[in-house]
Amino acid sequence: MSKDILLDVKGLKIEGYSDEKWNPIIKGVDLQLRKGEVLGLIGESGAGKSTLGLAAMGFVRAGCRITAGSAMFDGLDLVTAPESQKRALWGTHLTYVAQSAAASFNPAHKLIDQTIGATVRDGIQPRADAERDAVKLYDSLMLPNPETIGDRYPHQVSGGQLQRVMTAMAMSSRPKLIVFDEPTTALDVTTQVEVLLAMRKAVREHGAAAIYITHDLAVVAQMANRIKVLRYGEEVEEAETREMLSNPQQDYTKSLWSVRALHKEPEQSEDIVLSVNNVDAAYGKVKVLHDVSIALPRGKTVAIVGESGSGKSTTARVMTGLLPPSKGSVTFNSETLPNALAGRTKDQLRRIQMIYQMADTAMNPRQTVGEIIGRPLEFYHGLRGRAQDDKVVELLHDIELSEEFIDRLPSELSGGQKQRICIARALAAEPEVIICDEVTSALDQIVQEGILKLLLKLQKEKGLSYFFITHDIAVVEAISDEIVVMNQGQVVEQGLKTQVLNPPFPDYTELLLSSVPEMDPDWLTDLAQKRGMAGAT
Amino acid sequence: MHPVLATILKRIGLGVLTLFVVSVIIFSAVNMLPGDFGEAVLGQAATEETVAAFRRELGLDQHPVMRYVQWVGGVLQGDLGTSFSGRAASGVDRSRAVVDLVLPRLNNTLFLAAMTAIIAVPLALFLGITAALWRNSFYDKSASALTLTTISFPEFFVAYILILLLGTLYPMFPSLATVQPDMGLGERIYTAVLPALTLTLVIVAHMMRMTRAAIINLLASDYIEMARLKGESPRQVILRHALPNAWAPIATVIAFNLAYLVVGVVVVEVVFVYPGVGQLMVDAVSSRDIPVVQACALFFAATYIILNLIADVIGIVTNPRLLHPR
Amino acid sequence: MSDTSKMQPDTYSAASEVGAVRTRRTWSQRAWITLKKAPFSAWLGMIIIAFYVFVALFAPLLAPYAEADSSFAAYAPWSSDHLLGTDQIGRDVFSRLIYGARNTMGIALITTILAFVIGGGFGLLAAITRNWVDQVISRFVDVLMAIPSLIFALMLLSIFGSNAISLIVIIAVLDSTRVFRLTRAVAINVVVMDYVEAARLRGEKLGWIMRREILPNIMPPLVAEFGLRFCFVFLTIAALSFLGVGIQPPTADWGSMVRENASLIQFAQFDLRAGITPLIPAAAIAIITVGVNFVVDWFLHHTSGLRDEH
Repeated sequence: MSKDILLDVKGLKIEGYSDEKWNPIIKGVDLQLRKGEVLGLIGESGAGKSTLGLAAMGFVRAGCRITAGSAMFDGLDLVTAPESQKRALWGTHLTYVAQSAAASFNPAHKLIDQTIGATVRDGIQPRADAERDAVKLYDSLMLPNPETIGDRYPHQVSGGQLQRVMTAMAMSSRPKLIVFDEPTTALDVTTQVEVLLAMRKAVREHGAAAIYITHDLAVVAQMANRIKVLRYGEEVEEAETREMLSNPQQDYTKSLWSVRALHKEPEQSEDIVLSVNNVDAAYGKVKVLHDVSIALPRGKTVAIVGESGSGKSTTARVMTGLLPPSKGSVTFNSETLPNALAGRTKDQLRRIQMIYQMADTAMNPRQTVGEIIGRPLEFYHGLRGRAQDDKVVELLHDIELSEEFIDRLPSELSGGQKQRICIARALAAEPEVIICDEVTSALDQIVQEGILKLLLKLQKEKGLSYFFITHDIAVVEAISDEIVVMNQGQVVEQGLKTQVLNPPFPDYTELLLSSVPEMDPDWLTDLAQKRGMAGAT
Repeated sequence: MHPVLATILKRIGLGVLTLFVVSVIIFSAVNMLPGDFGEAVLGQAATEETVAAFRRELGLDQHPVMRYVQWVGGVLQGDLGTSFSGRAASGVDRSRAVVDLVLPRLNNTLFLAAMTAIIAVPLALFLGITAALWRNSFYDKSASALTLTTISFPEFFVAYILILLLGTLYPMFPSLATVQPDMGLGERIYTAVLPALTLTLVIVAHMMRMTRAAIINLLASDYIEMARLKGESPRQVILRHALPNAWAPIATVIAFNLAYLVVGVVVVEVVFVYPGVGQLMVDAVSSRDIPVVQACALFFAATYIILNLIADVIGIVTNPRLLHPR
Repeated sequence: MSDTSKMQPDTYSAASEVGAVRTRRTWSQRAWITLKKAPFSAWLGMIIIAFYVFVALFAPLLAPYAEADSSFAAYAPWSSDHLLGTDQIGRDVFSRLIYGARNTMGIALITTILAFVIGGGFGLLAAITRNWVDQVISRFVDVLMAIPSLIFALMLLSIFGSNAISLIVIIAVLDSTRVFRLTRAVAINVVVMDYVEAARLRGEKLGWIMRREILPNIMPPLVAEFGLRFCFVFLTIAALSFLGVGIQPPTADWGSMVRENASLIQFAQFDLRAGITPLIPAAAIAIITVGVNFVVDWFLHHTSGLRDEH
């Protein structure tokens, strides 16, 4: 074995306890990391990547156990070493950056104390030196007011800043290995760019090795020298980053960017089915929409994109009548809809349906698929008994599911199946417009692809019009005809897809579009150079 | 104003408001008395004049708001009215001031509660925290089963088992805890051992379960896992990372159980014939001596409200979000 | 390098995602599987409850003498005629113990049901409306809960007098405050679910939403709470009866039986059986409460999904 191998994991198997038995999570994985190297661990939900990342530090969560294998770090087997020996490494030689910075900082202590806690404790640096060094780290991580930010408490700074402070905490002791566990997943894209740059710069400057865990291939491509793809606790393949992107060996790896392969040719239309006109809306006293006007052409898809807090979901609530606007109106088939839900007729309600982001919470867990789809059939069309059942089966075929699903409960369905049932429930009303609120963002790529294809097929067959709320530009590319960009409760731009996605851009659209990671290892570097940000190299 | 101070003042204001509403409810009790109440208290032989005089004395001919103001004014000056008992149809009044009845017993009840709390609170916290730390161990599981059993027992069951064992079969302590005003501290403690032990058993069971749940909840936080991943020793994880965030939940548990203790006192005092407020209240309820019932209810409710208030204030002053506002 | 793709040839395709079917069992099969996995304590609890219910239902057939028959000698010792002896006015303790199951549990059950009707109804209403109605009820409940319920009950009983009806109503109203809080809290969690919003968007009426969308989903915590509240109500009524202000004679009741026979305990040195006579009704109270608590504990553990997230 070569001298510069820092971490060598062999045949690692981990089990987790649930449903009264031990189930395998990691089924025998090898992992090697050289000094100063960044390895990306990528996989979808349930791949076991977080468990593997923690195990690389010799840490196992309560309810889990390592059943086989070894993890040699600097001559010590972390699998068999006693806790006391591992504690001497944790926080100093082996550090960790968690996904949820807000929950991972202790609310009772100042940031500076948490940043340098382990460094001072283990005598790596005296307190004064460690504090000075922390300020330098804060500065190089592009945190505002690096001199004083350490005197603040976790709840006093923003999520993106906390994530960078946590990186500083992981760097403070100059560790040999840092494990990043989905550190940017909870952030908006524009914040993500800054955090990614800061983290990459810090890791490269100090020559630390790192394991970077994520489900987003485009993100990991910016960070890692090598990428390992995991699925169901097993390795699918491993390769150098550029090699992996240009020449993936396994079909599964290709499926990780399957949505990016979808593309819809945009079509223009002047026949407007639904529109919001100069709408202002507020939650209590907080005004969240300012003079918003959006029009949806019949049989087409309008995608509303924006970051969290941009007002895209609020716009949907105004359309459905859940949140009556304080000014402006909603027009449907050239007639003005009553503002409030209670004022709308059954037929008006029927024609506008909604599909939610979390299919889990959008279906009553105590009702069967037959009841869920059957209710709108009975409610709007008076179908009962045999006729209702026949129609439910027909709808199940429409969404590419077999009729045996009819008496199944939501808990007996997979994520993609659940979202399909929600689509069927919307179809049962025979609507003209369907509002889709982030309907694919909780799903794995391959499942997203299936749902998007289904929606496109249904649009063609039934002439449906979609309002498609999303933050994911790849999804926009796949499904939309027109795009609306929203920021801070205002419409920045609306137009045909080809027109919005091509220059010239308004400033915010430019910022948003350029912040979306691309499948190009040089994307982040190029972007930083273009924007003139630190950490370009 | 500092937000901590503002929050505390707001909370105290709320406590005062609650006390006020509670006092109104307790006061209104007299108004809900059935019409023939005078006869019931004075006996069948009471003349119309004595009943009328009695009603006048209660102020039932005055406006309720006036009477409430007078009553509260009296309470604040230490005048809780006059007991119903001792009145007779003849019109001879041998009744006593409620204050004279309640005060000496108040001392006794607080003595018993304090004696129990001094043993029970540290014991329960120790057991609860250790059970949480050694979660799912044999110790934890047996403690859990044992406490679940104990909290299912009525207080008088525990009390009589103790009397049977330690009072009758192996007589070590007196089964009648009749403390006298002239007793010394040692003798007082000795006399009150069995009631205090009964209360301790009941309180410790409740409190240990709640402490354990609170600590486990705390230890499940992400920042505790982070502390472990930073290589902190188990001792440091508890002392430095868990404890500063534990004051509020622990204070709540203690206050809740002390409040429970004050109420549990009622049954235990009756079992052991301990001359406290609880026993006085039960006697007064049986004889429908309303002024005494009101005084006792006011005492118990005020204790309860104040204990919860203290717990909330501790929660406020240890909350970093309030201590260090944005 | 693994050849996962060969072992699971179709796992990456949409077709399999669509076709993946999980095993499905009927309700009774699932219930039986759950029951079989129940721990010993839960089984013990269920057996205890079943036994008590049996005794309560068939009390007149099981008891050797009538409930209030005082035609025997007072304080008779245990014998074959009087299994547990007689009490201070010559009633058969064993018979009263059996009737007590019916009276004490019956009153506690009625009280608990009433508390749930009141507290559950208002709780649901408050959770769905979330407006001034909710504010008014919630503040009112806060005040009621600021007075310890045993103390409040004692005060009200001194005013309205001790009889079964006022006992049931008073305890039920006081206890409904806790039911209200729980129902409101769990219902609010359900009300914010997208499927409730979907039903509102469909144009469903409030009653339908309450009945079909919300109620089925708050049942598990409410069922568990019913068990806990029953224990609490049962203990409160027993305590009040023991204090002499609860269920009144000649109705047989375990709390008052303890009180009536308490003096026998002094004779334990001379006749242990006489000494433990007052403890038997107390133990009867304790055992059923333990039984219910064991079942509820398991039920809570089972339904709250205290499992690892894998």
